Amino acid sequence: MTESTENTENTQNTENTRSTEKDRQVSGVEIDLRDVVKRYPGQKSAAVESLSLTVPAGELVMFIGPSGCGKTTSLKMINRLIEPTSGTITIGGEDVRSRDADELRRTIGYVIQGGSLFPHMTVADNIAVVPKLLKWSKQKIADRTEELLDLVGLEPGRYRDRYPRELSGGQQQRVGVARGLAADPPVVLMDEPFGAVDPITRQRLQDEMLGIQRELGKTIVCVTHDIDEAIKLGDRILIFSEGARIEQYDTPENVLAAPANDFVADFVGAGSTLKQLSLSRVSELEMGSWTTARLGDDSSDAVRRAEAAGHDCVVVLDERNRPVSWPWLRNLRRQDRIDVPRRDELVTLDRRATLNDALDTMLSSSHAAAIVTGDRDQYVGVVDFVSVTNHIRGQEAAAQQAVAQEARAEEARAEDAS
Amino acid sequence: MTGGPRHGPSLVLGWDTRAGRAKGSVEVGDFIAERRQQIAYDMFQHANLVFQCVLVATIVAVGLAVVINRYRALEPVANAVSAIGLTLPSFALVGLLLPVAGLGTTTAFLCVVFYAVLPVLRNAVVGLAGVDDTLLESARGMGMSPVGVLVKVQLPLAWPVILAGVRTSMQMSMGIAAIAAYVLGPGLGSYIWRGLVQAGGANALNYALVGTVGIVIVALVADLLLLVLGRLTISKGVRVA
Repeated sequence: MTESTENTENTQNTENTRSTEKDRQVSGVEIDLRDVVKRYPGQKSAAVESLSLTVPAGELVMFIGPSGCGKTTSLKMINRLIEPTSGTITIGGEDVRSRDADELRRTIGYVIQGGSLFPHMTVADNIAVVPKLLKWSKQKIADRTEELLDLVGLEPGRYRDRYPRELSGGQQQRVGVARGLAADPPVVLMDEPFGAVDPITRQRLQDEMLGIQRELGKTIVCVTHDIDEAIKLGDRILIFSEGARIEQYDTPENVLAAPANDFVADFVGAGSTLKQLSLSRVSELEMGSWTTARLGDDSSDAVRRAEAAGHDCVVVLDERNRPVSWPWLRNLRRQDRIDVPRRDELVTLDRRATLNDALDTMLSSSHAAAIVTGDRDQYVGVVDFVSVTNHIRGQEAAAQQAVAQEARAEEARAEDAS
Repeated sequence: MTGGPRHGPSLVLGWDTRAGRAKGSVEVGDFIAERRQQIAYDMFQHANLVFQCVLVATIVAVGLAVVINRYRALEPVANAVSAIGLTLPSFALVGLLLPVAGLGTTTAFLCVVFYAVLPVLRNAVVGLAGVDDTLLESARGMGMSPVGVLVKVQLPLAWPVILAGVRTSMQMSMGIAAIAAYVLGPGLGSYIWRGLVQAGGANALNYALVGTVGIVIVALVADLLLLVLGRLTISKGVRVA
């Protein structure tokens, strides 16, 4: 990768992108699968034929693939709900078979669709299941329950003693996540965790999970059938085909920009570039400079400068550098001094917003562009459609280059070996 | 009708206790008053027999249901057995048990237990099968042992259905216990038998009446107790209404 040259340029405006998230605290451990096979008796083809992969500590890896591809089987072999026919699985360097299966599972978080809460237990009891199995003290369990309910955004006093049926689907799922994290396991396995809730709730849960993961830095393996979810949540995406064969295992950016083969391309589907829009932030775009003026400035001067720069409108800033209006030149020509706008209708774009949000703002703006603001709403620059398309082209090229380079490196290694 | 005050209670019951009654017979009220302690004791004995039988039957039935739940192939067998079992006349079973267990409480006990098992077994099988598989998997996935899953998840969730079976079983056993009294078992059944044996005799009707009404009262009280038990033992999270 050509990291060095690119990164120095970008450092000041990539504070919220994935690359810097890696610096967060990591409490997870590495999961490693080596030549793992699962064959069911009486079936011709193996459910999982020789799977090898490494999930780095503290990363969130999404398993995705068509139904029946073995993604769930692969997940369940990690906590031995399904015993592999052959191969080795290690968590933090320790072979999962070196321990009693029940004891092993108490150290691995497990979250499945809908939360799968025990209906006869209160929220607190549900969360306390694993801590009780680990024989924690009552006080420690109570404290932990409180902490976890806070973490997933449920007020402990209100929800602790409720039963699952008294909660909405989204709340149940939150408790499910809290339960999975109860004993602070380094590794969490999730099986379609957000499959059973409505799209709006799902989006919110996903955002919350990203926040939690950023805070905790667990190693998470999550099975999904929703490519958008995979792209949004995953540090890496693993795309399976039948028999749990790995078609591509890479960052969402690379999967989208440079699908490894037709299978992946088909699976990611059309509009993969559109999907990429929610991966990138406005701060990554090349910001255009624009003619600016202060409130109270002489209008004719501003008009002259704008005409010289070829702009047909001027960004007006207040004394604290915050954009207040974006008048056309024909409006400015009618006044001597630049006035406070009559109506406060300027829509600006936070630099942390996704490109998706940016396009949305531009489409609804009469300028076909959007003013970007940074900390304390201060003016940063202007982005337009051209800057978005340029950015996407650049990303695609970079990803393709990276993949090609890797392929070359692979070939070189293969040659070295032979 | 010129009945004196003594006939009052009988009239309320809708019976003309004087008509067609054998010589030397006694009013129900007096009959009860004379034997109050004995009747109370027999009611207690009846309840005691049924409670013990249903308790044992519940343990046996739930145990069997757990096994059946693990080996699903056994389910049709269990269903057939309980269907056939319920068609077996209880009187016939008493006859069959008599040579083996002899006269007395043992035969009565075995007979009642046999019938008491059937409704509980059927409900327990259904109840355990009704527990969502994903809950079981999630319990296993969190590191519960198989016994832990059974005790902490499966049984509590199947409990409302099992308890409904226990109530049916309890009601049924009240009647079966009466028949089992034929082999000199304890309880109110002996009153009914005596009423039958002495048919036409002085107190035949009184015996039959006291036996029957007594059993109904015991049954109602027992059912009420089971309702209370349900209130106390069924989690609020799965209780209906």
